[in-house]
Parts: sequence; C-alpha cells; structure tokens
Amino acid sequence: MNPTRLAPRLTLGACALLASTALASAETLTIATVNNGDMIRMQGYTDDFTAKTGHEVEWVTLEENVLRQRVTTDISTKGGAFDIMTIGMYETPIWGANGWLVPLDDLSAEYDVDDILPAMRDGLSHDGTLYAAPFYGESSMVMYRTDLVEAAGMTMPEAPTWDQIAELARAMTDRENEINGICLRGKAGWGEGGAFITVTANSFGARWFDENWRAQFDQPEWANALNFFVDLMADAGPPGYATNGFNENLSLFQQGKCGMWIDATVAASFVTNPNDSTVADKVGFALAPDTGLGKRSNWLWAWALAIPAGTQKADAAKQFIEWATSKEYIELVASKEGWANVPPGARTSLYENPEYQKVPFAQKTLESIKAADPTNPTVMPVPYVGIQFVAIPEFAGIATEVSQEFSAVYAGQQTVDEALAKAQALTTDAMEAAGY
Amino acid sequence: MARAVTTQRKTINTVAAWVIGLLIFFPILWTILTSFKTEAQAISDPPIFLFFDWTLENYSVVQERSDYMRFLWNSVILAGGSTLLGIIIAVPAAWSMAFVPSRRTKDILLWMLSTKMLPAVGVLYPIYLLFIQFGLLDTQLGLTLVLMLINLPIIVWMLYTYFKEIPGEILEASRMDGAGLREEILYVLTPMALPGIASTVLLNFILAWNEAFWTLNLTAAQAAPLTAFIASYSSPEGLFFAKLSAASTMAIAPILILGWFSQKQLVRGLTFGAVK
Repeated sequence: MNPTRLAPRLTLGACALLASTALASAETLTIATVNNGDMIRMQGYTDDFTAKTGHEVEWVTLEENVLRQRVTTDISTKGGAFDIMTIGMYETPIWGANGWLVPLDDLSAEYDVDDILPAMRDGLSHDGTLYAAPFYGESSMVMYRTDLVEAAGMTMPEAPTWDQIAELARAMTDRENEINGICLRGKAGWGEGGAFITVTANSFGARWFDENWRAQFDQPEWANALNFFVDLMADAGPPGYATNGFNENLSLFQQGKCGMWIDATVAASFVTNPNDSTVADKVGFALAPDTGLGKRSNWLWAWALAIPAGTQKADAAKQFIEWATSKEYIELVASKEGWANVPPGARTSLYENPEYQKVPFAQKTLESIKAADPTNPTVMPVPYVGIQFVAIPEFAGIATEVSQEFSAVYAGQQTVDEALAKAQALTTDAMEAAGY
Repeated sequence: MARAVTTQRKTINTVAAWVIGLLIFFPILWTILTSFKTEAQAISDPPIFLFFDWTLENYSVVQERSDYMRFLWNSVILAGGSTLLGIIIAVPAAWSMAFVPSRRTKDILLWMLSTKMLPAVGVLYPIYLLFIQFGLLDTQLGLTLVLMLINLPIIVWMLYTYFKEIPGEILEASRMDGAGLREEILYVLTPMALPGIASTVLLNFILAWNEAFWTLNLTAAQAAPLTAFIASYSSPEGLFFAKLSAASTMAIAPILILGWFSQKQLVRGLTFGAVK
C-alpha cells in the first residue's frame, strides 16, 4: 500500500482508538457543593473540564449546614452518593484520620502542590498527608469606612489593636443617623458567633483547652475577652446584634450603617461591588486586631474538594480536583470575568501575579491568611489544630451550645460570669463523656 | 329557625377573615415580591413594598443555573406516587378499622400515629443504611416508598374518620345484594366517601410536595425534588435573597395553583365530613 495513503488511515485509526478509549473511561461525577459565588461560577465552567477529559459532572448544590449533614451521613455510612465533596477545614483532618478520604498524595507535577499556601495545606492535612485541595481560602480582617474614620479625625492603623478598634468604633458611632461604630457576629452557632468570639479570645490569650484537654472557660482570659466584646458592642454595636451573623452584618455594612466590620476576607468583594453596596468606594482594609500578645483575632478557613473513600471513580475525581484547583482554572476565570472574581486564598502564585496585586483587597487577604497558623493558634500551647474551631468530632456540638450561652449574654439574658460558668460545666461534661 | 345575621356583623366577619387571610398569606406574597427585586432592593432598610423597578433577572439566573424541569418532574412523581400508593394501602386498612373493628383497633390507630412523634433524624442512619443495602439511594422509587410510609398514618387516620361517618347498614345492604369485598369498597364505599378521599389525597400530596428532610437527605443528583432546588439557593455567606425568593416562588407555584383550583373540594372535605 502507498505509504502516503496509509498514514492518514493510521492517524484516523489511532484517533478512533483514542476516542473509544476516552468514551470507555468517561465517567459521570457527582459533586456535592455549597452555594457561594465562587462555587457557582465553577459550575459554569464545567464544560471546559468535560472538553479536556471527557468526564461529565452532575452538581448537588446545598446550603452549608444542609450540605454538612448530608455529606457526613453519606461518608460515615460509605453511601457512595458523591464522588467529590466540598468540605471545610474542620472536617478534613478528622475525616482524614478516620480513613474516610482518599489521600491526595499523588497529584501531578504540573499541578504544583507546593504552590498551595502553607497555612491552607497544613489545615487540610492530617499527619502530613493532604486530604483535600483548597478551592478558595479565607481569613478575617477589618473592613472600615474610610470617610467615617476621616470624619472622626482619626486614622486606621494597618495592624490595629483591640483598644484602637474600640476607640475608633466609639468615635464613629452616631445613633441619631443609625451609624454603628462596629458590626460583629453575635449569632449562636459554632461557625457564626462562636467562630468570632473564639478568635477574639485567642487574641486575648484564651484557649478552649489546656494541654490535658481541660476546658479553660474558668480562666481570666475568657472573662476579659467576653467582657471587652460585650462592652464594645453595647457602646458601638447595632441593636439586636445577638442575632446578627455574616449576612445580617453584610447587609448593614452595604447600607452604610456600620463604621467597621470584622469578618471573612471574602466579604471584601461584596462590600466593594457597586451593584450591591452603597459604600463601595469608601471601604478600607486592615488586619484583624490583637492585644499585643502575639496572636491576631483572625481565622482561617478553606472550602476544599475531597474524594470520599467509598467512590468507584477516584481517578476521574482526582482529575476534576486537579482541574478545579489549578493555576489554569484561575487564569480561565480571570480571562473571562476579571481578576477580582478568581477564587482567592489558595495559591501563592496568585498573590505574586502583578495583575491580581492591583485588586484592592488582595494584599490584606494574603497578609491575613499568613498571620493565621492553625497548628499554633493560641498564645499558650494547646493540644489541638484549628483557630476558630478545635478539630475534634465533639467540637461542633459543644461549641454550638457554648455559643448559645454567649448569645444569651449579648441578648441581655444572663451575665458574662454565668455564661462562662455554664460553658465550663457543659464543655467539661461533654469532654469527659467523650473519654478525654 | 336560622338566626338572622346583621349586615354589620357580616362586614366585621368579612374584614376579620380578610385580615387573617392576608396575614397568613403575607410571607408568600413577600417572597413573590422579593423575587422581582434586585439583591440590593431585597435587603433595603426600610423595606420596599411595591414601588421598585420590577425585574425578571432573578428568574433568568435561576433558569440558567438549574434544571428546574427535572426537579419539578421528581416532585410530581414523588408526591403523586407516594399519595397514590398510600391511598391504595390505606383505603382497605381504614375500611377494616371503621367497619370491622377489633379490640385492638384503637391501639393500632394510636400506635400508627405514634410513629409521627419520633423526630425524623432519629431514624436517619438506619434508613440510610437500608437504602444503601437495597440500592435505593437517590432513586424515585426509594423516596416514593419513604414519603408514602411517613404519610400513611395521616392517610389512614383521615380515611378512618371519614369512613366512620358512613352508616354500616348501607354496606351491609350492598353485601346482601351480593357485592363482594372488592365491589363493596370500590363501588359503594369509595363513591360515598369521595369528598373525604379527595381532601385526603390533596392534603397528602401537599405534605409530600413540601417534605424537606428525607428528600434532602436521601437524594443527590437524580431524584432530588423542588425542596433540594430551593436549598441550593440558600447561603449563609452571601446575600442572594432575591434569587432564593425566585427559586422558592418557582417551587411553590405548581402547588399554589393546584390548591387554588381544588380549594372548594379541600375545604368541603375538611369541614363538612366525608359523606356526600
């Protein structure tokens, strides 16, 4: 046969073989995820993944608390309903230790696992093994009204102390015009007000447990932190703050009713978006405050993608995770929607990118993330990992109850001392029952 | 002699009924109004009632992001299937309890109702494990069975109450005329109790449509109904109330329309008893 005629036939044959192999191994992945801007955006780019790998994707989007319950049920029973789960920094080390997750220790060289921010990697690992890849990460920082600070004749330091924050908040408060100097979370729930008061307490030198897992609410650091918080909010916080969480404070800030707001770094893109925020062009950023003891009151969180050990499609799932958390994905989003819309807080290279450095909140987000150390979260030593949480299975239940006691203080239903005594008692009981 | 009702009293009653009706309907009305606002208008303080720039943008975003028809179809299958299956099982059960009661009938009825007293989450793990074992996870069949089982006590109780109103002599007469059990239930009992059966069907269809514990916990991508569709728009980190309201309006619209058209039947069944 004429070799010039043979070559195209061979090429066609090879293509057909490749196509049939791709089809034979093409999988449909079911992914459980949360409803937030970055995750929804990713769903819109799924076609890019399908075009590259041949795998289809089916999304199950749920509200955060529903998702947590749903995936916990599935993974603990090895139900296999999902091939990839979106989980947080709290679940990852616990589930990794239980053997419920597929280790991500063989990601490809192009993926460049060393590019993941060290704080994120540490928080998503157990015994040095990565169990979930961060899709986006966040810390917390101060967002403040530059015009109100100026009107008060003051300045916001780059790295303020709690005393400076309190002074500024009281100076900006204007009850007649419904301007609250500071808006903070008071809502019950371990991930809501519980997370905020925990990081505040960290900066006052408090800790949840000592080295022997004994509850520490009877120590003066907790009383100092809680009294400071309650006094500050009474003077400069919005009325009814005991029921305010992230969304309530976001709404207040966007409507110009907060002088400052200390919360998740992802909120920066919301408050600076002129479509939603009435104060978009008057927002400045600063690091979360401290008390000079060496720990700032900022947390660390990541929404990450993990593969449950029960899945039959681990290889395809890994391909998806590599695609969704890659540098290429970030570039894809940047090229279509601009750098302000890429998922933040996961990769070092993003913060080295000169284009991304132009985004107003980029640098403070990175500094906040770098200032958070989940393996060494408090002034005094602790036996646990986690900053705004303690990475043990019992924590969610205990912290929800503790935060309810604290919210009752914010609502004026009991005193700080009463709440701390109850928190000490219930935490001690729960830990003893759990065998600590 | 019927007591004369004065015009003044009628007016007061009418106004009171309207006020109560509007109060009950207000959350739904507010959801519908919010679905036509922008996200900024949805959270504005003071709230905007009617005078805003109406937009369909939220509906277009929801339509683009979610496969509404698939969720809707699953809701129809699950609510319809579980109600139908429940009626097929409950009619003979209620018949036997109403017309041939034993010493234990009252106990059985109470026991059936007691299954509704346990919080659903208490049996989540056993049910989940059974679903894995039988391959029922995220299937319409599995969900239909569960919804039927959780609503069965209510169906049996309602039908039992309606059947009790039917004089046993009528059924006895049909038996003397040579009707077998099947004919007795199908051609004598059922037509007489039709308003009661209709209101039972409607109420249980609504209960199954709105069920949001099992439908969220036992489904993933394939069998998820409209409750999961709504849950996918709720977010604790981000203000998406207008989109959530659009999704909620789309989820409740079919059942609102059904309720609107069948309200006469539903009210008659619930208030005047079963017998025609």
